[in-house]
Amino acid sequence: MENLLVAENIYKQFGNFTALNNVSIAIPRGSIFGLLGPNGAGKTTLLRIINQITMPDRGQVYLDGKPLQPGDVAHIGYLPEERGLYKSMRVGEQALYLARLKGLSKTEAEERLKYWFDRLQIEGWWNKKIQELSKGMAQKIQFIITVLHQPKLLIFDEPFSGFDPVNAGLIKNEILQLKEEGATILFSTHRMDSVEELCDYMALIHQSNKLLDGKVSEIKRAYKSNTYEVGLESENNMVLLNDLKEKFVVGNTNFKSINDDLKVTIQLNNRETPNQLLEYLIEKARVNHFVEVIPSVNDIFIKTVTQNA
Amino acid sequence: MRNLKLIIQREYLARVRNKTFIIMTFLSPLILIGMFALIAYLSMLNSSEQRIIGLYDETQMFTSEFKDQKEVQYLDLSGKSLEEAKKMVNEQEYYGLIYIPSNIGKDLEGIQFFGNESPGLGTIQAIEKTIADRLTRKELIERGIDVDQLNNARTEVRIEIQNFSGEQTSKMSNYIKMFFGGAAGYLLMMFIIIYGNMVMRSVIEEKTNRIIEIIVSSVKPIQLMLGKVLGTSLAGITQFSIWVLLAGVLASLSFYILGIDVFTVQKSQLGTVEQIAQPEIAQLMVDILNLPILSLVIFFLIYFIGGYFLYSAIYAAIGAAVDSETDTQQFMFPVILPLMLGIYVGFFSVIENPHGSISTIFSMIPLTSPIVMLMRIPFGVPWWELAISIAILIVTNFAVVWLAAKIYRVGILMYGKKASYKELFKWLKY
Repeated sequence: MENLLVAENIYKQFGNFTALNNVSIAIPRGSIFGLLGPNGAGKTTLLRIINQITMPDRGQVYLDGKPLQPGDVAHIGYLPEERGLYKSMRVGEQALYLARLKGLSKTEAEERLKYWFDRLQIEGWWNKKIQELSKGMAQKIQFIITVLHQPKLLIFDEPFSGFDPVNAGLIKNEILQLKEEGATILFSTHRMDSVEELCDYMALIHQSNKLLDGKVSEIKRAYKSNTYEVGLESENNMVLLNDLKEKFVVGNTNFKSINDDLKVTIQLNNRETPNQLLEYLIEKARVNHFVEVIPSVNDIFIKTVTQNA
Repeated sequence: MRNLKLIIQREYLARVRNKTFIIMTFLSPLILIGMFALIAYLSMLNSSEQRIIGLYDETQMFTSEFKDQKEVQYLDLSGKSLEEAKKMVNEQEYYGLIYIPSNIGKDLEGIQFFGNESPGLGTIQAIEKTIADRLTRKELIERGIDVDQLNNARTEVRIEIQNFSGEQTSKMSNYIKMFFGGAAGYLLMMFIIIYGNMVMRSVIEEKTNRIIEIIVSSVKPIQLMLGKVLGTSLAGITQFSIWVLLAGVLASLSFYILGIDVFTVQKSQLGTVEQIAQPEIAQLMVDILNLPILSLVIFFLIYFIGGYFLYSAIYAAIGAAVDSETDTQQFMFPVILPLMLGIYVGFFSVIENPHGSISTIFSMIPLTSPIVMLMRIPFGVPWWELAISIAILIVTNFAVVWLAAKIYRVGILMYGKKASYKELFKWLKY
């Protein structure tokens, strides 16, 4: 079974508002899958459906090839976007309670909590009340609670939005480590840089519809426009620029450089290759800089969303 | 099932460990006793105040009739003129002046009471009775009737009330039944409001905390709601049990002091009681013992659970529908209304006629039945009426919990949307 989780044609309506319009995603086992979309696109609704918090009007979710069962909550760990804890309850007691709700036995939960408290160096917090902790401290507890029952599938809804930079870095490393340990991770975000950094796969949801999904590298390949950014040094940059403009589609660009370069992007047509471009350029000038322009997830996001608007 | 148990356990502990809960459990009986003591003390203080009432009797017929009592002292001012008497009463700040003119006839017109403040009803009645008695006696003598003989002929009538199962009751015991029934109904209402509010606050807390999202990813919302309602009800039962226990200890202590052996005085053995030094209080105690206390406690628990469940499901739905406690106002009135109605029907209708049609109907309607039925129970309610009432309550409970769970399920994940009744109705269909 290649995909751990498959959601098929999920349709959900709230009153007259369609929250999800036949959205399908497939999450390969052991991957990090990014669910992208502007606010209000339907990401959280989809995550809630996968967590069986909300039932879809139509469509089916499969975990490990089988339709989702109520007992599957034990295999899923969910860190919601809006998250909190009981303020007046003690940290240890609370973590135990939430872990046991996920199906762990008391002794098992205690053991694993000890391990995690150790791992995140918060051993002294067991008897503290949540209201005594700072927000960042509480977030660590929430993270532990999410991963404690060693779920196959971890779902993080905007995991970095509430965290301070130190904790965000810590959590990012923990997520990567959990992936190493074999977990499959789904997270939703509207922050493109984290997708760029972490995700193997992604899906783009906009206004209740899925616009795009697949392997991040493949999507980028599909969206690249055969454009190259070059830095050229010659006797007369103006003459060079005019020569280039005659032969290619030339655009403006800027990058850091210590030379007095002519900085442009050059877009090739489908028949031309970068090697041919290089051969041409080498004859005309000294090539200090030659990089293929790979679209960022952000570019793809904006392009797709505006195309479909 | 396992999760439900965990939730119940957490909710129960969260309630019971709460400082206010502990304080209220042990302090409120003390406050109650203290309040009774204070009221008793104040009314004693009030009546122990001595009043002086001037008496200006032109007929001289009644002067000897007004005898000084503990609270009232009469001062004969007939020697002076009326103006002087009035002035004196005013200056000395006496309570008032009774003026009986010389020309009163049989119609007794013209008797006046002067005072700075209007006198209490009891005082006026006492004065009227004194004068009327004297005149009656005078009339009797004038008609040649021997007053002593008449007094001897007067008999005391005491109707013995007895039900068909042979238990004797007295008029006093009716008051006691009213008291206990009323107290049980009132207590139930308080319990429903207090514990229903606890459920509501706890739902709002989870919602504003946003812990709700973490929990509903592990358990079904209805499980959480049921667990919360059940756990809180267990806390209520704990509190009630502690109070019953305390009341039991206090009662047996007072029985012991009064010398009534609870085990020998079982069913209305009035004979044994009359030998005791304070027959009135002893009779009261026997009447209390004759109440169906056990069934009152049992039915209190049944109706508490039934009524509490009904209302706290509604409270939970309200809690889920709002974002903060201040938004609950618009929904509270329709919840409080049937409870108040139950109490008023209880106090006005049940006491008047415990088995009348109004009382019977309201003890069947599930929103009021817990309160009204509890008030009726001391007067003896046929078992089939109880059975019907409880059956209706249970069926309604299922329906209301089902509806409330639907609102709850949607509401807990809904933020920043001001819930109206129309909105809630829409949620039912999600």
